[in-house]
Amino acid sequence: MSVPISYYLVLSGILFGLGVVAFVFKRNVITVFMSIELMLNAVNLAFVAFARAHQQLDGLVFVFFVIVVAAAEAAVGLAIVMMMAQNGQSLNVERAHSLGEGGPTYLPGGSAAESREALKS
Amino acid sequence: MIPLIVFFACALLAVASAVTLILAREPIHSALSLINVMVALAILYLLLGAEFISAVQIIVYAGAIMVLFVFVIMLLNAGVEERTDYSKLAKYAGLPLGFFLLIEIARWMYGSSAGSTIANGAGAITGAVSTRDLSSELFRQYLFNFEATSLLILIAILGALVLARKNQ
Repeated sequence: MSVPISYYLVLSGILFGLGVVAFVFKRNVITVFMSIELMLNAVNLAFVAFARAHQQLDGLVFVFFVIVVAAAEAAVGLAIVMMMAQNGQSLNVERAHSLGEGGPTYLPGGSAAESREALKS
Repeated sequence: MIPLIVFFACALLAVASAVTLILAREPIHSALSLINVMVALAILYLLLGAEFISAVQIIVYAGAIMVLFVFVIMLLNAGVEERTDYSKLAKYAGLPLGFFLLIEIARWMYGSSAGSTIANGAGAITGAVSTRDLSSELFRQYLFNFEATSLLILIAILGALVLARKNQ
């Protein structure tokens, strides 16, 4: 007997949820990128399952495009990570702050708002 | 019967590896568990009859993209992840809300598919999707999109080059 399509969709949903949780929980910027890849993989599984359910090939073609976009995103994102490391920035997403308004980095310890106040004064 | 066993084995492997990705302190452990997820998903694609996608998943995802990740982790010598808790709200509300999101997405996905007749495997394709059909679809109906992705890749290469160049 074949596996019902809804099983694949539930698995895809669970994996996507875990990807979102990892994206929010992880602190290392490389791991954050990896959780994005996990989410993309979960969506790919849903695409393939739907392509099978509807007996159409468009879903598979979309998976192909998603993989291409993921490859491009990983190349550019990891280049940015390399540049952050070369400039001596922390890879912790809560410390690395040079793109934001509050200055180069958060001060260690204390809440984010306190650090921002400390940097202003 | 055998497809069900394979499905549940792969699903368990994928979910367990995804949980390991969250819990692991070292980035390299997270990367290896992500490769586990991708291999499990490739087997699931085979089960769904998408041979080409399964091969692409192994070659491009587990092969190229994850090698890039592992390469960067090794190059930067990224050690144990630092745990900073700047936000008290995230610390206490994060885990319950994360579980809620997980349950809700899974429930919604199930609910969206259970009502339709396609969900019960009635219309499932018995054979595998041939790569020939897939390529004719890709190079006829989606030809413009295919060419557009080549432009995207070119821009990504240029972007990576510009970023990797030393500041002078």
